[in-house]
Amino acid sequence: MRKFDTKVQHLKYKVLREVAKQAWAGTLLENVLDIPKLIVPGKTPTMRCCVYKERAILAERVKIAMGGDKDNPNVIQVIDIACDECPASGYEVTDSCRGCLAHRCEDVCKKGAISFDHNHVAHIDKSKCVECGMCATVCPYSAIVNRKRPCQLACKVKAISITESNAAAIDNENCIQCGACVYQCPFGAISDKSFILDAIDLLKNSNGNKDYKVYAVVAPSISSQFSYAKLGQVITGLKEMGFYTVIEAALGADMVAQAESRELAEKGFLTSSCCPAFVRYIKKAFPKLEEYVSHNPSPMVALAKYLKKTDPSAKVIFIGPCTAKKGEAQLESAKPFVDVVLTFEELQALFDSKDINITELAEDVLDNASYFGRIFARSGGLSDAVVQALKEQEIDYQVNPVVCDGIEACKKALLLKSRNVLQGNFIEGMACVGGCIGGAGCLTHGAKDKAEVDKYGREAFEKTIGDAVAVLQLIDDSI
Amino acid sequence: MKVTVCIGSSCHIKGSRQVVEGLKKLIAENNLGNKVELGGTFCMGKCSQYVSVTVDDNFFTVSPETVENFFNTEILAKV
Repeated sequence: MRKFDTKVQHLKYKVLREVAKQAWAGTLLENVLDIPKLIVPGKTPTMRCCVYKERAILAERVKIAMGGDKDNPNVIQVIDIACDECPASGYEVTDSCRGCLAHRCEDVCKKGAISFDHNHVAHIDKSKCVECGMCATVCPYSAIVNRKRPCQLACKVKAISITESNAAAIDNENCIQCGACVYQCPFGAISDKSFILDAIDLLKNSNGNKDYKVYAVVAPSISSQFSYAKLGQVITGLKEMGFYTVIEAALGADMVAQAESRELAEKGFLTSSCCPAFVRYIKKAFPKLEEYVSHNPSPMVALAKYLKKTDPSAKVIFIGPCTAKKGEAQLESAKPFVDVVLTFEELQALFDSKDINITELAEDVLDNASYFGRIFARSGGLSDAVVQALKEQEIDYQVNPVVCDGIEACKKALLLKSRNVLQGNFIEGMACVGGCIGGAGCLTHGAKDKAEVDKYGREAFEKTIGDAVAVLQLIDDSI
Repeated sequence: MKVTVCIGSSCHIKGSRQVVEGLKKLIAENNLGNKVELGGTFCMGKCSQYVSVTVDDNFFTVSPETVENFFNTEILAKV
């Protein structure tokens, strides 16, 4: 069964795995320069013009696997030499143009940018073209294409530009760290920085969890991941790797759903605060709406905070589908509670760096949260949970959710709200299409992911949010 | 006296919520709120038949059915 969607992910994985292997053995400093040659050993290039360029790029990937450029505050980083400088010329007529008589392209162009040569083949005058795309839409031969870079197409907040040297560049001010460009770049020239070394250090120095305990907090989207094994085997694998125990971030989601429903009923309008990329987007693009962002912490932070209350020396490693969580963990609101953020991609590399074959392991249990906490992993789940939480607490408040997945849908709802014409009183915003299961740090993305999340939700021991959270509240009055 | 109940996955499905609920109720009924501090933890590393509970440093395994008996012998009698 496939472990990754693309070969770019596989390459990234190989680098992470080798770096991790050396780090576990304590030999990373001695051997770090040999890693590129280990991955590309021969003389025949398989990816680029020559093995030397391949290795030069791999050396950059090694740096990112070791935490990346410390001077760049963004957790998303461009590998300049890996950028293939894709064409970015915008709308162009290709040789599929048959020089027809109809000239619909000319008729539809309001700027008069289209002319014809002696063969009746269309040409676009770039000085007049405004990139509206109408000509491409009407051409019966699909002869007009929009040449844009995949990274720029993926970046819905328009944070990617092209430098003078023709490589992609990220505007850190506008980047929301969603990782869409990381997943979409066909050359793997944009990557999320990895903090696997911090995780390995924490696990190694815990003295077998005797000096302090290392807790893994896993996002509920894990239910759509590691599909070649059982979830219970992933849990055993984490413990074999050295984690003291594993807890569902979905329990934090239950806590959030309960508190957020009360906040909504009190304030009358709210946007969710679970998705760090969505929150960042509001701050950058709709600063006037920031006051409406729920004051609740994200499920990751809510649970990590609780964990550190029960065990003050605890170290918390969050494992999820999300690159933006890496950025969230650096915020003052999360820093004291979340020690490291890893993605599922990185977890796979860590398993293999220790030769842990999870398919051979016995199944352990993972059961802390309710159905509703678990379905936070997919679009619409958070809204369902808020509706349920209001019902359970017998709060008479009619929630009218606007469920948005993907930054374009979020933008639309936020625009309507900023003009006071939004039909609804709660915006559920998720930067990734489909919700967290669409995250850039996932191993795989598939049509069945949502069904997997719902199935996992139904398997929860606790059926209501109240029951899942009750045990925490009985112990700690402040929850 | 510090009573800690495990609320990790393995104990959770064996009924740690019911055990906590039971203890909380019994502590209140016996007015021991000032003397007994109830706490939670995610895993004690000693997963056994029932829910893991410690009273100060002593380890017990308690089910929702045995919680009252446990309270009487290990908490009420010793506090």
